[in-house]
Amino acid sequence: MTPPIDKGPAGGTPAGPAGHDAIPVAAGPVPIKAIPVRHYGRWISAVIVLAVVGLIGLAFSDAKVNWDVTFDYLDDDLILKGAWNTVKITVLSMLLGLALGTLAAVMRVSRNPVMQTVSWFYIWFFRGTPVYVQLVIWYNLALIFPNFNVGFYEEPMVTFMTPFLAALLGLGINQGAYMAEIIRAGIQSVDEGQTEASHALGMSRAKTMQRVVLPQAMRVIIPPTGNQFIDLLKTSSLVSAVQYSELFFNQGVRSQDSLATAELLFTASIWYLALTTVFSIGQYYLERHYAKGSQRSLPATPFQRVRQLVFSLRRSEVPRS
Amino acid sequence: MKSSQPMVLAESVHKSFGLVEVLKGIDLQVLPQEVFCLVGPSGSGKSTFLRCINHLEKINAGRLWVDGHLVGYRQKGDKLYELKDSEVALQRRDIGMVFQRFNLFPHMTAIGNVMEAPMQVRKESKAVAYERAKRLLDRVGLADKINAYPSQLSGGQQQRVAIARALAMEPKLMLFDEPTSALDPELVGEVLDVMRGLAEDGMTMIVVTHEMGFAREVGDALVFMDGGVVVESGHPRDVLTNPQHDRTKAFLSKVL
Ligand SMILES: Nc1ncnc2c1ncn2[C@@H]1O[C@H](COP(=O)(O)OP(=O)(O)OP(=O)(O)O)[C@@H](O)[C@H]1O
Ligand SMILES: [Mg+2]
Repeated sequence: MTPPIDKGPAGGTPAGPAGHDAIPVAAGPVPIKAIPVRHYGRWISAVIVLAVVGLIGLAFSDAKVNWDVTFDYLDDDLILKGAWNTVKITVLSMLLGLALGTLAAVMRVSRNPVMQTVSWFYIWFFRGTPVYVQLVIWYNLALIFPNFNVGFYEEPMVTFMTPFLAALLGLGINQGAYMAEIIRAGIQSVDEGQTEASHALGMSRAKTMQRVVLPQAMRVIIPPTGNQFIDLLKTSSLVSAVQYSELFFNQGVRSQDSLATAELLFTASIWYLALTTVFSIGQYYLERHYAKGSQRSLPATPFQRVRQLVFSLRRSEVPRS
Repeated sequence: MKSSQPMVLAESVHKSFGLVEVLKGIDLQVLPQEVFCLVGPSGSGKSTFLRCINHLEKINAGRLWVDGHLVGYRQKGDKLYELKDSEVALQRRDIGMVFQRFNLFPHMTAIGNVMEAPMQVRKESKAVAYERAKRLLDRVGLADKINAYPSQLSGGQQQRVAIARALAMEPKLMLFDEPTSALDPELVGEVLDVMRGLAEDGMTMIVVTHEMGFAREVGDALVFMDGGVVVESGHPRDVLTNPQHDRTKAFLSKVL
């Protein structure tokens, strides 16, 4: 049994200070001036981290790496061309992967058993074998199909299957298998009531998927997709195996010319880091866009946050002057 | 009075989920312009029956007609043929449904929700859909909220948008599945007011509700369901004030 709570004489209205005259509280709110909690742990860990970073930095500057060469090659023509090709093959493969993944995911959740099975095999095969192997197989497709022949157009496979095409198919189709699972999870995260409401309005299954389910699934789909994209950007270095001249391949070429192996590896790394950074920022804005409607107000962009901070600093100075 | 064709006619409607029979032969008819109340304890099959009317659930036996059309099937001779998805969708256009949990599309504004089906299903132009949506939102008292997202609206406001959304397809029949059960008590009135207005305008409505006051005041007919069968039916005033069956009495003593 809980004892009845004494709500004071006013019957429901909160008891004022008069009801508790034992507590000496002055009328009106008193601004709180408390001593903040000290975070000693943070200070200690920061010192340790700084020390470790310093030691690693020291090791790097002492290493037999000619950093000037690393930086010189950053804007080398072949390296720039490679970086551009890396972006190109990554974006195009991702688009292909998104298209295939969406198709496979929709087939997977459809009621048609043929579609379901086809989708299942696609995902099973292309997720189950290494992408490196898939790339090499695409590149050597002439071993299986000597000729590319679609009736109105025919060409020997060796000339048809360019490094670019092999890279695109290898990465894109593999990516599609992963995207299919991500998109399926997104579709299934949408409340069934949404589909019902849409059907009850007379919307078809296709329209319901396109207008109601997929836009809401986006919120679940985008974060892992950003992850996949950044993963793909780095995985694309594997397509040097099919002679496609992207960043890693071109870095290898330059490194053979100049014998500056380590230097060029760092050049390429800097480029990969720069690219992943740019795309991570893009991902942030995309997530923000699809949060629309799910939150009462959108989170501030980093830019807005900086502005708010600056304004709040200025504002707090006003009363002091 | 019974000369007009019923808006909904159910003959021995059965529905099972797996081995569990949820509807065990429902017979009833709903006349045009009638406010038909469906009451009964939890699990008695009220929602299931409502969902059968617009074919969100397939019935296992019996027949169900809406405005003279067999729901979900076509009869040729003594054979039944399942309707294609597109034909079912066509039937559903004429039946509006309002859900307990609103089920508004959260990624669209209030007016976007109301414009969606007319534009996507009836291929209406944006201008025409917008005008009607604005009129409907005004009618449910939300003229100042047309650009709000569902998450920015109270429960009562969301449910009123949901009613406007269903009305946008200009249905012949409206199904309400406990439209006020998810609402805070002080928000119930605003939704019931909108429904009362609809009833006055002559909309045919089937309302699953625990609001006995509304049923008594607005309802033209009332059915008490329990365990998948109709236990008692009649005019709301009669059934609510003078129930004949013990199960009805027991239920009413709990909710009144
Ligand atoms: N999709 C389903 N699969 C299996 N069982 C179901 C399904 N939908 C409903 N049921 C069962 O059917 C019975 C009737 O459910 P229904 O939702 O129609 O009841 P109700 O009268 O609307 O109750 P409430 O007042 O709680 O909404 C319940 O026992 C429920 O568990
Ligand atoms: Mg129910």
